[in-house]
Amino acid sequence: MGKTLLEKVWENHAVRELPSGQTQLFIGLHLVHEVTSPQAFEMLRERNLKVKFPERTFATVDHIVPTDLVKRPFVDDLAEEMTVAIEANTKEFQVPLFDINHENQGIVHVIGPELGLTQPGMTIACGDSHTSTHGAFGAIAFGIGTSQVRDVLATQCLAMSRLKVRRIKVTGALRHGVYAKDVILKIIRQLGVNGGVGYAYEYAGEVIEHMTMEERMSICNMSIEGGARVGYVNPDQTTFDYLQGRNHVPGGDAFERAVDWWRHQASDHDATYDDKLDLVGEDIAPTVTWGITPGQSVPIDGEIPDVSEFAEAERSNVEEAMRFMEFSTGQKMAGTSINVAFIGSCTNGRLSDLYEAARVAKGRKVAPGVKALVVPGSKRVRDAAEAEGLHELFQEAGFEWRGAGCSMCLAMNPDKLQGRELCASSSNRNFKGRQGSPSGRTLLMSPAMVAAAAVSGEVVDVRDLIEPPVENEQRNDDR
Amino acid sequence: MTADNKISEIRGKGVVVRGADIDTDRIIPARFLRTVTFEGLGDHAFEDERAQGDHAFDQERFQGASILVANQNFGCGSSREHAPQSLMRWGIKAFVAESFAEIFFGNCLALGLPCLTGSSVKVTALMNAIESDPQQQLVINLAEQTVVHKGGQLQGTIPDGPREQFLNGTWDALGQLLEADNAINDTAAQLPYVSAFK
Repeated sequence: MGKTLLEKVWENHAVRELPSGQTQLFIGLHLVHEVTSPQAFEMLRERNLKVKFPERTFATVDHIVPTDLVKRPFVDDLAEEMTVAIEANTKEFQVPLFDINHENQGIVHVIGPELGLTQPGMTIACGDSHTSTHGAFGAIAFGIGTSQVRDVLATQCLAMSRLKVRRIKVTGALRHGVYAKDVILKIIRQLGVNGGVGYAYEYAGEVIEHMTMEERMSICNMSIEGGARVGYVNPDQTTFDYLQGRNHVPGGDAFERAVDWWRHQASDHDATYDDKLDLVGEDIAPTVTWGITPGQSVPIDGEIPDVSEFAEAERSNVEEAMRFMEFSTGQKMAGTSINVAFIGSCTNGRLSDLYEAARVAKGRKVAPGVKALVVPGSKRVRDAAEAEGLHELFQEAGFEWRGAGCSMCLAMNPDKLQGRELCASSSNRNFKGRQGSPSGRTLLMSPAMVAAAAVSGEVVDVRDLIEPPVENEQRNDDR
Repeated sequence: MTADNKISEIRGKGVVVRGADIDTDRIIPARFLRTVTFEGLGDHAFEDERAQGDHAFDQERFQGASILVANQNFGCGSSREHAPQSLMRWGIKAFVAESFAEIFFGNCLALGLPCLTGSSVKVTALMNAIESDPQQQLVINLAEQTVVHKGGQLQGTIPDGPREQFLNGTWDALGQLLEADNAINDTAAQLPYVSAFK
């Protein structure tokens, strides 16, 4: 009987079974950032421990970095303190750091793939829940807390219980104006924000197979919003083509050996799954969240359902969401006025995301009164976008063009909503207070939809603003 | 690990935090993560929720509580350990809920904070019991996977692995992970990517 990718990767990385019955699992790549690591390094010092595999550990700064004034010391004393801490910690423990001035700096889930650190068949951990992003390459990648960051630093291992696997197959094709973001929002709405607890999600089917790596990353990124700590796509030629030639990917004969090994990590055709879900690509529409969890969304032309249509356990939350967001049953999201538009984040801050937003913004102007930000996911994304003139296109349209970082996705830096502002956002969470104002409101949608909302001043159907793509148009998945 | 780390029973008052999908941004807003320690986070647990008034954490009847009772998917969202750290520093020693988000559960395990799940009906009954007599002592028995309250008992579950870790005092996994140093090196040596496919 065949095996899933998860089973193969788990077996390859199992150091031993622990007395508790859990697996001591080897972690192939550990990514570190400034927010969840300082206490972990301190714990190492307290126990007089070293980083076991500094060469398998890479650090950057992304969460607290300002995206406008990057002059040191940072205006925010606390941000400066955290930056000084990661600089000192990585120096002391000999971990490579891509600091604010480094050409490789960026959101940890953007730089891992673009540097070729993220590879198929690996286990990857990071003190960040969106580590699931790296599953796009056929890695088993998941978020951990700070004590576990300490464990990985000291031993390159974690104590873990094996996950079940749910295969989610999206067949057919996506319609014009429908993006990876819409697919994952649809999946989360269907399975619920806790439907994935205990599972890894394996994304499959023609829609996923035809996606670029950047699109697959957007899907895997939000697995955790559906409760699944891990989401992955089986590695294929698209994966190998993306990886070839990247900094940390072996070249020459070694690359051939790598591809051969990577291919063998994919789930077997006769693998068995703990659960399956099939969706049809043509059924998915541009999607917008209306509530305070990523599962509370509607198609752009759909109405917010009645409270009674939700599971009983969700109803009080749905009522709270309607109160907080000031939306009600029967309402459509189109026509909702926005104050802020945010394009960026580890979900949708890559070059192809900026392209799709730029297609909409081109030749248009940000609506009066709307503050619109474009925050590239990494320095390399920013440089690549600037090489093609995207920064000028956005600036001419009235968007602010910023430096790389997490920015207004979680507002740990100066980019924050004010008061009750409503933000059209390409990020991943619409939780209350997520974007920096306790009463601020977030509508999640694709980057193209955010751009459409920015130039319209209200939520609109992006399909009304863009022409259907011409045949054989080059997909952009540049490095 | 010493025997001191064994956790088999938690006794204390309960605090009821109702609502599904209470995320870690609500438990500890991101601005409080701008710190290099976990000190002082207890003061900011649920800060923005509490600013709106009448939060359970501010109600007189729940002061001194050490067992937090919640509905489904408690602790969803960010992996920030700052969330359980802030609740622990507020005084919480264990959680009972309909379900927990997985990363939150793992963070609690690493801090020695057991998370027990129970059915919706049982959790609601426990919440009602606590609210009708907030001063009562609840008793969580991890071996039995029960929460005993006045007038009833919640038969819950905690997965075998974590339960064993609490009972045998290895919930802080680092000691055990360190023991296997040679086996770790062996596993690494067998992974072709560790040697760059040479």
